Amino acid sequence: MTLSVSENMTPTRSAFGWAALARRAEAVVIPIAALLAGFAVFSLFLMLQGKSPAEFFALVYRAGFGTAFSWENTLSRAAPLLLAALCVALPARLGLVVIGGEGAIVLGGVGAGFAGVLLLGAPAALALPVMVVAAIAIGALWIGAVGALRHYRGVNETIASLLMAYIAIALMNHLVEGPLRDPASLNKPSTAPLDEAFRLGTIPGWDVHWGLAFGVIACVAAWVLIDKTTWGFAARIAGGNVRAAQVQGLPVGKLIVGFTALGGAFAGLAGFFEVAAVHGSANASLASGYGYTGILIAFLARHNPLAIIPVAILLAGFEASSGLVQRRMDLPDATVLVLQGFVFMAILMSETLYGRFKIFAPERWRTA
Amino acid sequence: MTMQFGGFTALDDCSIRIAPGSFHALLGENGAGKSTLVKCMMGFYRATSGEMLVDGREARISDPKAAHALGLGMVYQHFTLVPSLTVAENLVISREDAPSVIDWRAEGADLQTFMDGMPFQVPLDQPVRALAAGEKQKLEILKQLYLGRRFLILDEPTSVLTPDEADEVLSHMRALCQKGAISVLMITHKFREVTAYADAVSVLRRGKLVGGGKVAELGHGDMAALMMGDAQLAQPAPRSGTRGVEVLELNDIKAQDRTGLKGIRIDKLRVHAGEIVGVAGISGNGQMELMEILSGQRPCQSGQIRVKGSPYSATRREAHRHNIRFLPEEPLHNACAPRMSVSDNIAFRSFDTDGGVWLSGRRMRSRATRLVDQFKVKTTSIDAPISALSGGNVQRAVLARELSGDVDLLIISNPCFGLDFSAVSEIRTRIMQARNAGAAVLILSEDLDEIMELTDRVLVMSEGTITYDAQTAEADIATIGRHMGGHL
Repeated sequence: MTLSVSENMTPTRSAFGWAALARRAEAVVIPIAALLAGFAVFSLFLMLQGKSPAEFFALVYRAGFGTAFSWENTLSRAAPLLLAALCVALPARLGLVVIGGEGAIVLGGVGAGFAGVLLLGAPAALALPVMVVAAIAIGALWIGAVGALRHYRGVNETIASLLMAYIAIALMNHLVEGPLRDPASLNKPSTAPLDEAFRLGTIPGWDVHWGLAFGVIACVAAWVLIDKTTWGFAARIAGGNVRAAQVQGLPVGKLIVGFTALGGAFAGLAGFFEVAAVHGSANASLASGYGYTGILIAFLARHNPLAIIPVAILLAGFEASSGLVQRRMDLPDATVLVLQGFVFMAILMSETLYGRFKIFAPERWRTA
Repeated sequence: MTMQFGGFTALDDCSIRIAPGSFHALLGENGAGKSTLVKCMMGFYRATSGEMLVDGREARISDPKAAHALGLGMVYQHFTLVPSLTVAENLVISREDAPSVIDWRAEGADLQTFMDGMPFQVPLDQPVRALAAGEKQKLEILKQLYLGRRFLILDEPTSVLTPDEADEVLSHMRALCQKGAISVLMITHKFREVTAYADAVSVLRRGKLVGGGKVAELGHGDMAALMMGDAQLAQPAPRSGTRGVEVLELNDIKAQDRTGLKGIRIDKLRVHAGEIVGVAGISGNGQMELMEILSGQRPCQSGQIRVKGSPYSATRREAHRHNIRFLPEEPLHNACAPRMSVSDNIAFRSFDTDGGVWLSGRRMRSRATRLVDQFKVKTTSIDAPISALSGGNVQRAVLARELSGDVDLLIISNPCFGLDFSAVSEIRTRIMQARNAGAAVLILSEDLDEIMELTDRVLVMSEGTITYDAQTAEADIATIGRHMGGHL
């Protein structure tokens, strides 16, 4: 592999400067504007109820980002969101809208929990990798199946993934209330609790579990994959125009199945962390909507894995604040979901704005 | 009337008068400005300057609705009917004043009365999907009449029809004109249709009105001279070299067409090094499917494709090994990712040729810079999205990608659709250069003139099979035409 600069390769100047900056700014400015628009509409919603938007946002700031404790709370919630968002963003680069990451999270969690139960007493150095592999494999199979259905059978991936998420949740309920149920779990049917040695601790110095670190690493790795490798480029071609990719002889089917499976693997990994680091066993708490918040995050981040990191933290902060908002402002805790809904609507509407502004398109600057 | 697109003058001070009840032909090569003129008339474009008079009164047509209100209607080259609805339903929904609740019984009676008054009929209760192309085109015309349009613009109405269907439709149109019911302006580039059906003709060349008059007073030769002008287009690009070995070989290919109802059968097709083989045919006779089979987008039910003697299954690796290149029609839609940059698009073929995992952005950019320069692609930056380029420049960028390096087999579909003169001649020259350098070239084109100009050997595709095969120099246009229409 030669990455050195040879004589005939002169980097072109146009890579830098105002033009390049303007081109990049579009993907930042428009989502931020949409986010603010969503906030504005939500403020109207609050005012209609006689509540103060200023107080709301101040509370969200305090609960999500105001103190070291609130940061830790936010970051712990961000961990599964990072991975769930990747499950949307990776297929999206191939032009697929997969919204069923929740299913892969839930089943990945059940797989990890069950593997942990089977390996009770085994050394953690063996058990933990097995649990991870189980979660990843199940997640990859689940969402990879969505990609395969899409490519080989023409089934709409959005609907298929959503319906499969319901199947996954039903399957999880069946398993933890039936065959895998720990008889000792009375109020909340669960798998048997994990061996203490299999529980993941926190990142040293922080009260945040390891899922965050893995989530960030996963985002960076996904970015490298998409932006810096030939596979990622092939996937972007297929996402940009599948006919062009086929004419170029690119293996579109393999790319679709591969990228959906990889997205599913990340979501399955999120399930593993929920079990091993948070709940200690697999139960209905796995289906807590991270998969759906991940959709919003991926869209806000324009399916750019690096942008997912700050966006996921922001959204996690909102979720972390819902309890405080409920107590202080006497608002139902679903209020944060209303906010998410408004933001999502604004983001979807903003999709039509790309390419409309001359300021972001240097090639149109010169013509009057 | 003048129309400018940026710095490009598509239409330069053209004036045309069309007498009531006349059948007027608008003749010109591709890119001569015919479509621009009628689009200005219909209000799709607003002319940069000039005016339009309807019945002697100045008409301001700001959008197609205003044109409709004045009784102007247009029949397009391709159909604008809803295939799953019946003829009657298509007619009723096309009305602007169609009520929210439709009384089908009353409408049905009205339509029957309307249909009885027309010189030709289309069965009202048939779904449009079941109609043949000629009947659909008749229905398009009926629709305009039903909507009360009395001035019809026909944009190459016969390009999707067989010669027989074309004759039938046009003779009905002529009869209607003679009755004084309508006036017609027909865009075409077929002389035969002009002499047989039109009263008067106007010829456009490079956006200028270069002549015209009564059809009776003009011969084919005069019209051709007007159309081509002094810039003799038909000068065949220089050919050199001799026919080499067999490169592409298709044997007993069977596949389904896109409707899934008819079959594509190609018993034998050969393309040799250093020759251009053209496949002529009316669109929809399997050419698109053939392209898809060759580029691996359509599975074959049986048969075999061989390239340089070894079996070929349209994988990327085989395409690289045998230096096979594709130029699909409408490159922006079929060969580019519109939102990706020019540089990325140019890298589609070569980004993974070294087999490595890592993408070399630097190499992609330097290669793109070099090719953009070499193929004269006009773009402000190689980082601009390729969709920001004009059609000719998109085609140049794709040519830069596909014609750089050694080419052994080049498969092309309608390379000059919708391009202006300079782009067309440049692209044809590049294709000829590739042939002279020893590439085997297969061109699928609906433009018979293009095939006659470029190819060494001409085939005709009709109803999914190849029905005619001859050396271009010895081929006779009339015979080719008959085969295109399926009349042997």
